[in-house]
Amino acid sequence: MTMESSAGLSLKPQHFEAARDCSADELWFEVHPENYMVEGGPRLAWLDAIRARHPVSLHGVAMSLAADDAPDAAHLHRLAGLVDRFEPALVSEHLAWSTWRGAYRPDLLPFPRTNEALVRIADNIDRAQDRLGRRIAIENPSHYLEIEGHDYDEIEFLTAFARRTGCALLLDVNNVFVSARNVGGAAERYLDAFPGALVAEIHLAGHSVDPTLGDRLLIDSHDAPVDAAVWALYERLIARIGPRPTLIERDDNLPAFETLLAERRRAEAVLRAPARQAAALA
Amino acid sequence: MIEARALQRFQDGFADALLAINARTDDLPPEIARLVAQPGFAVYRNTVMKGCIDSLQANYPSVARLVGDEWLRAAAAVFVRTNLPRLPMLLDYGAGFEDFLAAFPPAAELPYLSGVARLDRFWTEAHTARDEAPIDAAIVAHLRPAELARTVLRPHASARWAWFDAQPIVTIWRRNHAPCEDDATEIEWRDEGVLVVRREGAVENADLDAAGCAFLDACASGRTLSDAAMAALAVNARSDLARLMARLLDAGAFGRLDILDDEPKEQTR
Repeated sequence: MTMESSAGLSLKPQHFEAARDCSADELWFEVHPENYMVEGGPRLAWLDAIRARHPVSLHGVAMSLAADDAPDAAHLHRLAGLVDRFEPALVSEHLAWSTWRGAYRPDLLPFPRTNEALVRIADNIDRAQDRLGRRIAIENPSHYLEIEGHDYDEIEFLTAFARRTGCALLLDVNNVFVSARNVGGAAERYLDAFPGALVAEIHLAGHSVDPTLGDRLLIDSHDAPVDAAVWALYERLIARIGPRPTLIERDDNLPAFETLLAERRRAEAVLRAPARQAAALA
Repeated sequence: MIEARALQRFQDGFADALLAINARTDDLPPEIARLVAQPGFAVYRNTVMKGCIDSLQANYPSVARLVGDEWLRAAAAVFVRTNLPRLPMLLDYGAGFEDFLAAFPPAAELPYLSGVARLDRFWTEAHTARDEAPIDAAIVAHLRPAELARTVLRPHASARWAWFDAQPIVTIWRRNHAPCEDDATEIEWRDEGVLVVRREGAVENADLDAAGCAFLDACASGRTLSDAAMAALAVNARSDLARLMARLLDAGAFGRLDILDDEPKEQTR
């Protein structure tokens, strides 16, 4: 895959035709595989048509790796089917739980970073990678709560399970910004300490402010353009670790496809000028 | 360090607190109560509820159009609390919603709502069913008379059908699922039936009478063509079976044709 210094876009049904027909260089698309876990019909046919012209990345939201239970075998089976069919360039998941005791909650739920959780999550990642027959990347979460009982800070935790399982990491820069604002810490320090060699993909997204608390609580809502502060963090990151496939992640309040392409061009300008960025920072 | 199985206890407590909006915090485990007391906990509560309710609104568009988005979302919020999705494919979320609406007291004056929900559900199921080529009418036309009694027609993977007694559910559903402008003609209160099936990627629907529904029910349970014909005639002795077969084949209602090896039981009795 030659996606290293290219940026991709979230793919939404409203943009299917524009996405399929877009001829921008090295454009790739990311989808949530759960939206394609159907037995047949037009959804899969649409994604086939996209895949015929563009690389595709599968970004799962529902493996529930941090649940105190093994990933659902049927879910892994369906994901493996999509991996076989679409041969994605990247496969990723979240460090979160959602399915628990037979019910699915459409969110990315938090947990204390304990030794117990580390063992469970590493085992779950092993199971997923074994079933899919490939390496997956795990994304750092957005935080809204101060949780008690952590045995590790987040970067130690991510690094520890990545070492145990051989998985990669997906670094969401907006999540870092939102979390730093919500639960404290400095986004720059977090990014500077992040193990760059493990980063297989970067996410950039917009956030919003809580309707009642305002900017004291930021929501990782993916419904707005990437924030200026997040662009600055991204430039700092790329200057340090070099280019990585970068997604402009947009799930809601969709603008015109052309608007997303403009954000993508901005990311590519950063990816293709790491030296210039480094000089600017020095 | 927290003791073993603490993760499980955390998840049980967190999951309960997510849906228990009115729970007093002193009823929760203390470590969960301290999370619920933080403003950020509402982000998780809102995201979970919004994700489920948005999905129901998207998956039941005709119901939403009939009752309005506000009513639909309020009803969905009640449904969600006792019916979280079992699977993460939210496109498929809502099995059981029609039964919920049938028993939902505020819907008592809208007796057709549950039937309309059922047809929205049919549409989703047809949209996502496995791909299968419909069988060609010519194959059936060329069956020898002796083979007809041993032939089983399997309904297409996407085919769904229903008969509604004394309620024009199909007309109401059509007007709200794919509304035409100016369709102000009065709805006649009568029995109606429908066949929903996907053809070349598009979900289509066609009128189906009670005999046709009985015929497809028999086919779906693996009975032979002659048995299915008897089932249709039992519902309506004057049913035009040739015309029914032609219409079903034309609609792409069948996905497979099996000719049984064994002599049918009727002839050996």
